[in-house]
Amino acid sequence: MYKILKKKVLNPTVTLMEIDAPMVARKAEPGQFIILRTDEGGERIPLTVADYDREKGTVTIIYQIVGATTEKLNTLNEGDCLQDFVGPLGRPTHTDGLKKVAVVGGGVGCAIAYPVAKKLHALGCEVHAVIGFRSKDLVILEDEFKAASSKMMLMTDDGSYGTKGLVTDALKELIESGEEYDEVITIGPLIMMKFVCALTKQYNIKTIASMNPIMVDGTGMCGGCRLTVGGKTKFACVDGPEFDGHEIDFDEAMARGKTYQPFERDAHEKICNLLKMEVK
Amino acid sequence: MPNMSLVKNEMPAQEPEVRNKNFLEVALGYTEEQAVDEATRCLNCKHKPCVTGCPVQIDIPAFISKVAERDFEGAYEIIAKSSSLPAVCGRVCPQESQCEAKCVRGIKGEPVAIGRLERFVADYHNLHSSEKAEKPVSNGHKVAIIGSGPSGLACAGDLAKKGYDVTIFEALHLAGGVLVYGIPEFRLPKSIVQKEIDGLKALGVKVETNMVIGKTVSIDELMEEFGFETVFIGSGAGLPRFMNIPGENLNGVYSANEFLTRINLMKAYKEDAATPIQHGKKVVVVGGGNVAMDAARCAKRLGADVTIVYRRTEAELPARAEEVEHAKEEGIKFCLLTNPVSIDGTDGWVSNVHCQVMELSEPDESGRAKPVPKEGCFVDVEADCVIMSIGTSPNPLIKSTTEGLETQKWGGIVVDEATGLTSREGVYAGGDAVTGAATVILAMGAGKTAAAAMDAYMQNK
Repeated sequence: MYKILKKKVLNPTVTLMEIDAPMVARKAEPGQFIILRTDEGGERIPLTVADYDREKGTVTIIYQIVGATTEKLNTLNEGDCLQDFVGPLGRPTHTDGLKKVAVVGGGVGCAIAYPVAKKLHALGCEVHAVIGFRSKDLVILEDEFKAASSKMMLMTDDGSYGTKGLVTDALKELIESGEEYDEVITIGPLIMMKFVCALTKQYNIKTIASMNPIMVDGTGMCGGCRLTVGGKTKFACVDGPEFDGHEIDFDEAMARGKTYQPFERDAHEKICNLLKMEVK
Repeated sequence: MPNMSLVKNEMPAQEPEVRNKNFLEVALGYTEEQAVDEATRCLNCKHKPCVTGCPVQIDIPAFISKVAERDFEGAYEIIAKSSSLPAVCGRVCPQESQCEAKCVRGIKGEPVAIGRLERFVADYHNLHSSEKAEKPVSNGHKVAIIGSGPSGLACAGDLAKKGYDVTIFEALHLAGGVLVYGIPEFRLPKSIVQKEIDGLKALGVKVETNMVIGKTVSIDELMEEFGFETVFIGSGAGLPRFMNIPGENLNGVYSANEFLTRINLMKAYKEDAATPIQHGKKVVVVGGGNVAMDAARCAKRLGADVTIVYRRTEAELPARAEEVEHAKEEGIKFCLLTNPVSIDGTDGWVSNVHCQVMELSEPDESGRAKPVPKEGCFVDVEADCVIMSIGTSPNPLIKSTTEGLETQKWGGIVVDEATGLTSREGVYAGGDAVTGAATVILAMGAGKTAAAAMDAYMQNK
């Protein structure tokens, strides 16, 4: 069992948890992920490592409440235990030799982008952070990104905070102003990453996108997480989760992400009804 | 006077139209009377041809004589000398191409039902035996076993009985490997697998789940930091193969591994399961092995109309004869001499499988007649779900993180056949990780072979 040592609400739908998992903390690196089950009979869900502390033996996860399992996860509190917590899985973010990087995060994807920015910053790389949210109340990790970058642009769709606009607007502005990046690293909703990659392709800037498809085992066994990269089928769990963004077939990835949508909706409603009953 | 009946005693089973709607075990096993009657069909041949057909050389005539004498525990003791998992192998071994293929009674009529008798003896023992496994005195040597499938369980059992301090590392959240994620409940009840694992725990074996060796810890760390003297790699052949044809990434296309893992390990067939599975209406399963039969029969039980698409003919189906028989009885259709060339879809979802019609020509290197395309002949099979069951290959996680571990080009670990020793001192391997997808009994045999070699190595160190 894996104990929840800390739980912190970051915004109305996004929560941070620090989990006691020394064997995972030993090896975890930015860009990797874990798979957890909340309880016996629970679903296996992948979540990217948001932070880790090797000495304390803890791994931090940040999740958005989107489905039945994250809903259930969110009912757990400090002191409660997770049934399973396995990792670190996937390949770490490639950071060697990078001198100047733009890290582009969107929504809860910023939780995954942050450790990457932090590591690059610590390695002496010049980091520009572009982070986007729908509105002010959904902003997370603003101070953290500020500390891990030399330039930060915070965007909101509705202009309720930071600059009104999309992350692609900000990135374009930076590039147009003459900033020259070795690489752009983007993590967020598929549609956002698709447009970030389309933009950087115009400027011929290498771009890495972090994919988060449906998975079962996370070790290469099920193939459920497969996607097309450069015309070849790749497994996100063992070949990724990060790939060359200019080679990813985002439309296929978006379609595959919808496989269980009707089921998810039902399961989500069921668990919401259960929680409502418990409240009564 | 032996029983000269030309046919085997039928094994009672659930009716096809009942069982194709539930996940309970299909075959119900012999009664004592049926077992004794079947046992008397054995001629107790001096030269024991059946034993030569058994990958682990169980003394088959000897255990069958004990059954005929109604000494069922005595029969179990004889099997247990050679096999660690009789209740499993009695159910899943391809007896018709192993022991029973060599049975003299099979020359005229049906061979003795050796597999059914093995199953009966193991089930009898599991039901009646009250002996508690005693934890042997520890000899202080630490052994790590990677993977809790048939080879790992067999290796762990033999070493634990000798007093070794054995730890099994399993990547998933539940131990059992292919026996729990791959083979369905209706063919191998999970309670049987659990009993084997509980038996090992009673011997003092530790089972660490959620440990992905090569990710969470490496083999070198196990040996250098965690103090394991020897390691056995029984990580299986877990990577699914795809055909690399257009449309394979459409929604509704599964690897058999994913489809079966969702059903068997995650229990997605149950109404209240947290893990989803697509309940297809028209399911096409591509392949002809045991895994294809399992996937097809699972899909049937979820309410689908199921067709197996296979590029050779029925005679070449690699699945166990009994599984093919059961699948047919349950209403699975077979579309033979057809090979998918593309999968068509609408709105991102599968709509039909476009197949090339094949014909058989000369035998290929596997000895089976080689299927070749019949020029200009194509057929379309309607489907909203396609399950690719065309084989698996070894997982590269261990190979890529263990320096000096030699592997074949296709990924199988290179070992010395007599001992299971790899190119690394103290590191042994067996099962599908070495051979590629094969049988439970071969994996179990490899686990036992390695256990003996590991014991000798540690005692002489």
